[in-house]
Amino acid sequence: MSVVPDTTTKITFTDNNTKFNTAGVQFIINPYDELSLTRALEITEKNGGTVTIATVGLAEADAVVRKGLAIGATDAIRINAEPVDGQFVAEQLAHIIKEGGYDMVLTGRESIDYNGGQVCGLLGALLNWPSINVCTKIDVADGKAHFERDIDGGRESITASLPVVASAQKDLCEPRIPNMKGIMAARTKPLNVIAPISVDAFGQYSAFENPVPKQAVKLFDAQNAAQLIEALKNEAKVI
Amino acid sequence: MTGIYAENSEGIFKKSVLEAASYASQISKGSVTAICIGQPSEGEADKLAKYGVNKLIVVEGLHAFDAQNYSNAVTANLTDIHTFVIANTYEGKSLGPRIAVLMAASLATNVVDLPNTIDGFTVKRGVFSGKGFAYVNLSRENKVIALTPNSIELKENPVTISIEKSVVNESENLTQITGSNKATGKIPLTEAEIVVSAGRGMKGPENWGMVEELASVLGGATACSKPVADMDWRPHGEHVGQTGITIKPNLYIAIGISGAIQHLAGVSSSKVIVVINKDPEAPFFKAADYGIVGDAFEILPQLIAAAKAAKN
Repeated sequence: MSVVPDTTTKITFTDNNTKFNTAGVQFIINPYDELSLTRALEITEKNGGTVTIATVGLAEADAVVRKGLAIGATDAIRINAEPVDGQFVAEQLAHIIKEGGYDMVLTGRESIDYNGGQVCGLLGALLNWPSINVCTKIDVADGKAHFERDIDGGRESITASLPVVASAQKDLCEPRIPNMKGIMAARTKPLNVIAPISVDAFGQYSAFENPVPKQAVKLFDAQNAAQLIEALKNEAKVI
Repeated sequence: MTGIYAENSEGIFKKSVLEAASYASQISKGSVTAICIGQPSEGEADKLAKYGVNKLIVVEGLHAFDAQNYSNAVTANLTDIHTFVIANTYEGKSLGPRIAVLMAASLATNVVDLPNTIDGFTVKRGVFSGKGFAYVNLSRENKVIALTPNSIELKENPVTISIEKSVVNESENLTQITGSNKATGKIPLTEAEIVVSAGRGMKGPENWGMVEELASVLGGATACSKPVADMDWRPHGEHVGQTGITIKPNLYIAIGISGAIQHLAGVSSSKVIVVINKDPEAPFFKAADYGIVGDAFEILPQLIAAAKAAKN
């Protein structure tokens, strides 16, 4: 599970554009991870089993992890490290997954902050498991996992043996909202904090920038809409 | 040496593959090797040669797509290749991370520009769902670059291409594809250079004929906003925005879409944005290059007629 800025956050940078400015930012469960958590709960309610949340982050992530526990996870593991990039995160997660004996690992399609979309495939290769990306359906029946996922220009259905790692796409399910009972129960659920393993660096973020602001919009009269086509052809040269 | 994954779409190399080829040939000091799984159609290898690929390895022996088997087969053919470029399509997103692990490489996805190699190897990638860009210095000797389609201009660099075959023994697939539903003959949204998109302002799915006609006259694809997909007016696969598909066409025309921040996140990297909305206060106008304030039902027929005339 990734902890990300709320979707309405105005993105700015600080320290000479080398860091994301977290001042005043509200953090949430990555929306795609919220889907994978909800689906994991639905699957275990049907088939039995438990759901563990795993996250890589520092202590400030705990409040968001507790929200995941309030939604219904059994327990949580926080690997106590700055989640520097997707590859670092995947190495940390692979390490605890190997030790944990899990049947299925669900991630989000991507985090909405760094948009890497890497962790599902990285875990697949690190664990030598099948990996199924961008799933709109995930189910377990007859000891196998069944998926529907987006492909270029359509969708396909896939069956995989367990263990398997898969990533959640929009439409997978309706995210659950924690109720009061869940919030109370989450306070006493185990949130185990463990130390990271050492991993050689993959890369370093050196600078950030915002997209170049647009010039003021050039408006055309609704009665002369054809002028727009002329501008697209002769001025912008895009048609 | 530099390699690329030549995604084989029923024998055809799509534009995103040619972009990967052009990217690789601009960063390589010498040769570019393309790896393709399954036999490409007649003449397709020449398309790669035009953009600097001088060797094509055709991997035979694999049948249905399986991320594990495909990435293993690709990596087995990467002798002396330290930088590997792959298009960030759904197939590329399935394979890129696995290949990066097998190569012990640094991985950068969502890459939108050529690297800066003056001091290390720094790539520019899209972050914060269209609301920012980041520069990342990839520190490992091996690198996997997943290039966002439609990000770089194709530069011709014609070379002669040699074709080799590599036969792999298919190990047992741990996954089985049991069915697929693919729109045929349509331009995939992520690769379309022109996208005509519409929202709730169209009032109902029965009014999409004009949207489709404008897209078809311009040679583009159709898209829609989240509420429209949620109401099942249009298929989910057309939904662009933060929780839908992220696109960056040359031209994005938004009709009857107000321009919520979540929608902008998926389209704001488009080169030229046109907004048609009856509300002059619609936030989308702030992100637009061109706009018309008015009724879509009056404006669209004029645009279709003018576009037809312009195309002739």
